[in-house]
Amino acid sequence: MKVLDSRHLTKEVSSPDGTLTIVDDVSLGVEQGESVAIVGASGAGKSTLLAILAGLDTPTRGQVFLNGAELTALDEDGRAAARARHVGFVFQSFHLVPSLTALENVMLPLELAGEPDAARTARRALDQVGLAARTAHYPRQLSGGEQQRVAIARAFVGRPDVLFVDEPTGNLDTATGAHVADLLFDLNRAARTTLLLVTHEHHLARRCDRVIELEAGRLVRRAG
Amino acid sequence: MGALGFALKALGRDARGGELAVLFWGLAVAVTALTAVGFFTSRVAQAIQQQAGEVLAGDLRLEAGRPVDLDDSYAREAARRGLLVARTLTFPSVVYSGETGNLALIDGVSPQYPLRGRLRIADAPYAPGRATTGIPARGEAWADSRLLARLDVPVGGTLKVGALTVRVAHVLDYRPDQGSAFVAFAPTLLVSYEDIAATQLLQPGSRATWSLLFAGPSAAVEEFEGWLRGRKSAAERLVDVAESSDQLKSAMERSGRFLNLAALATLLLAAVAVAMGARRYATRHLDTIALMKCMGATQRFVLTVTGLELLSVALAGATAGIAGGWVAQAGLAWLTRGLVRGGLPAPAFAAAWLGVGTAVAILIGFASPPLLQLRQVPPARVLRRTLGPPPLRYGFTYVIAAGTLLALLYALVRDAKLVSYVAGGLLATGAALYAAGWLLVRATRSVRGAAGVAWRYGLANVARRGRDSIVQIVAFGLGLTVLLLLAVVRNDLLDEWRHSLPKDAPNHFLINIAPAEADNLKRFLTSNGVVVPELAPWVRARLTAINDQPVGKRMPHSDRGRAFVEREQNLSWSRDLPPDNRLVQGSWWHDPDPHRPLVSVATEYQEELGLKLGDRLTFDVAGETVVAAVANVRKVRWDGFRPNFFLLFAPGVLDTATGTFMTSVHLDAAQRPALAGLVRRFPGVTVIDVETVLGQVREVMDKAALAVQYVFAFTLLAGVIVLLAAVQSTRDERRYESAILRTLGASRRTVLRGVAAEFVALGLLSGVLAASAASIAGWLVATRLLNLGYSFDPGVWLLGLGAGALLVGLAGTLATRSVVNTPPTTTLRQA
Repeated sequence: MKVLDSRHLTKEVSSPDGTLTIVDDVSLGVEQGESVAIVGASGAGKSTLLAILAGLDTPTRGQVFLNGAELTALDEDGRAAARARHVGFVFQSFHLVPSLTALENVMLPLELAGEPDAARTARRALDQVGLAARTAHYPRQLSGGEQQRVAIARAFVGRPDVLFVDEPTGNLDTATGAHVADLLFDLNRAARTTLLLVTHEHHLARRCDRVIELEAGRLVRRAG
Repeated sequence: MGALGFALKALGRDARGGELAVLFWGLAVAVTALTAVGFFTSRVAQAIQQQAGEVLAGDLRLEAGRPVDLDDSYAREAARRGLLVARTLTFPSVVYSGETGNLALIDGVSPQYPLRGRLRIADAPYAPGRATTGIPARGEAWADSRLLARLDVPVGGTLKVGALTVRVAHVLDYRPDQGSAFVAFAPTLLVSYEDIAATQLLQPGSRATWSLLFAGPSAAVEEFEGWLRGRKSAAERLVDVAESSDQLKSAMERSGRFLNLAALATLLLAAVAVAMGARRYATRHLDTIALMKCMGATQRFVLTVTGLELLSVALAGATAGIAGGWVAQAGLAWLTRGLVRGGLPAPAFAAAWLGVGTAVAILIGFASPPLLQLRQVPPARVLRRTLGPPPLRYGFTYVIAAGTLLALLYALVRDAKLVSYVAGGLLATGAALYAAGWLLVRATRSVRGAAGVAWRYGLANVARRGRDSIVQIVAFGLGLTVLLLLAVVRNDLLDEWRHSLPKDAPNHFLINIAPAEADNLKRFLTSNGVVVPELAPWVRARLTAINDQPVGKRMPHSDRGRAFVEREQNLSWSRDLPPDNRLVQGSWWHDPDPHRPLVSVATEYQEELGLKLGDRLTFDVAGETVVAAVANVRKVRWDGFRPNFFLLFAPGVLDTATGTFMTSVHLDAAQRPALAGLVRRFPGVTVIDVETVLGQVREVMDKAALAVQYVFAFTLLAGVIVLLAAVQSTRDERRYESAILRTLGASRRTVLRGVAAEFVALGLLSGVLAASAASIAGWLVATRLLNLGYSFDPGVWLLGLGAGALLVGLAGTLATRSVVNTPPTTTLRQA
């Protein structure tokens, strides 16, 4: 069954030079538990496609279905509710809230979803990424690799159906990056989460079940 | 977790991170200033109400030219409502000592008299008096010094009034309801109410005033007044404390305005600080909100959480402010101790609610626009940081803020004129600052190539930040305007006010000076070392018609208006506009045409009778009809203690009328004994001692000046908070820029000098603008609001430039120093 299905997605923006097409007629289906890498050069439209598929942005034309429900037919609050139930994120720049400790950052999605025992669940998630000793640290007191591990714990803690990952190792050195990537794929396998990964690193893309490539907003290659 | 719980957690985290400090302190200072003034004025108002009651010798007075309440029904009803009741009966009559007689005001009083204030008696004429309880016993009288001096009767001597013989037991030094208006100013002979009948002087139709006095708790008095209004006859006139002494009321009103002005200025500045704090709060929360939305937070949830968090800040700020206000009002009460006899009553708690309302309203008006904007942060910002919410519509923002502020100001002071001046001033200053800021930002674009690297960087920043720079200039400018107002203009205003009542202000009025005696009297006074100003002519007349319509047909509704119509008025004439008068409508006559008689009316008279320029007033002046057109309207400063008139004619109109002269003089303690000689030598002249009222007014001024300085300290604090908020508003951006510059090889010194150049430039411009604004504000406040003179002080501009460059430059540089000192790697890693 397709967890995520997109049909003829197009995203246009206006610029001083006229209309720019960022994503151009992209149709894509992702099966339950599948991991898909989206690769392409800078400016190919990878992040915009990810944003539209995750319901963070809206397409100019086309449709997105998440768990069978049309995401593109919903308003901002409807999409927010869908994200809360089904989606998790890991970003290149971590996006931890600087005023919250590691534990509080992981608790955040649970608190937003109104889960009763957020602290205990979050502590367990931090333990899984090897940061049990760092719960009271603020992001500025953590290294880049540690910050990304907190972000990964935060992404998995709500048991999402689909995990959207944007350049997870882009801000990390090679060794740390490899370590974080291992952690991400291990957790993904264990939780059987569907994974959609945007990256320009081929070794990372190759670890996915399927790789698709974008060029100037168009889908040019599918490999699996 | 519900929105409330989430908001409380967010509050704790943001408070820990120092995000809310500017908002909290801005609100706390505003509420402290407002509630301190509110608590304090509520106490003074209650005390003044009680004290003003002294002028009536009660809280409420019912007067009539014939016996009142013959069946005792009013008195019984008043007693039933728990009020005290007293009666007085006054009439003019000649008092004899042997063959010598003198006109006196016989005042018969019942044992409860006076219900408010105390009688003062002395042992010899013009000797210092002491307070007493009780009234003259049957067969005894307490006589005015003037009467005893004229009749040459000692204490213990006897006097005859009609068929009644009384022994003079004491000199009457003061009775609360003696008043300071110039009606029937014969010396008083105070006797027991029960003795009046024995004089056998009162016949039906006699000219006498019967009064019933009432006093009690203010709510009960108010209810009883309503009851009485419904029952009293048209001939019975109700006088309440609102019609108390004009001089004291005028001084009290002015000090109230000063205090309100200080509180309003604080409120205004706090609002600016809150607006800037909220902008920064919103900017710093963009990422977090985008992240929360990414995790499924709805717009409504974001709005609710932010709103609840801010509401909690408002409540915390208000609570701290109310506590601060409570403590501060105790300080105010201590500073002004003794101002109100018998101490101040407890403050009314209503001011606390005002504090809460104010905090919430400031927050809604000034913080809601950027917060509403937060709701619209696109969640895709987590992927692309350049994505922001749609830009704030500034017009919309300012309309909300200005509307909230105006409503708030009006609710606070209930003084439309004061609010319109403050609001107009704020709007004009803000607009001027905005326009000037825009010009400066444009100008810096063209000059920056010519400056050194530090200045180039600094000026480039001013130009590049564009709208942010303009907002900063407006904030710095408003902050500096208030600081300058406080530093210079406030002192000028307070001095001007104090000087309006100098040490040698007149403390005695001399009235009923016959034209033939005028020169002799002047010589007498000069020989006793008294400086005699010009004598003002004085004629008594009754208004008979307005625009040829008999006045009986358009009787005013208020008692004061009726008094203007029913009673004889004091008229005078003058070639020049007298010193304590200011024209508010029409123009002054310079070369009046004697064939076109003109009259000038005081604002009180114009308002009560609803007069317009050009209206024709007809007067009966000792049987002769005089018709004059209203040429202008004057605002009179009654607390100047000089002869002033509701009605002033152009010269040549009343010259033929038989009148007298009046004047006011200053007599020091050593000159006072000469008064006994004066009344003996000029028996027709009446001397009115206004030293007590003068002393009260002067005390109000001194104490109010202290209180105003005290409240302005909060305004100063609010000004400093605005400066800090303005500096803080671009701190994050500066941190990042500084890191980039230093990475590129700029030394800390270069970066710091650039920052200093930027703030000094902003400070210089804000300083000049603020000095202009402060001078104009000072002039407006003095001339339009407080009715005082004002002279421009060029020092304000120098101080503005210096203070602007120094304060803004120093505060800005110091506050951003830590930004420059942070290692660039730390900053860039966090970015």
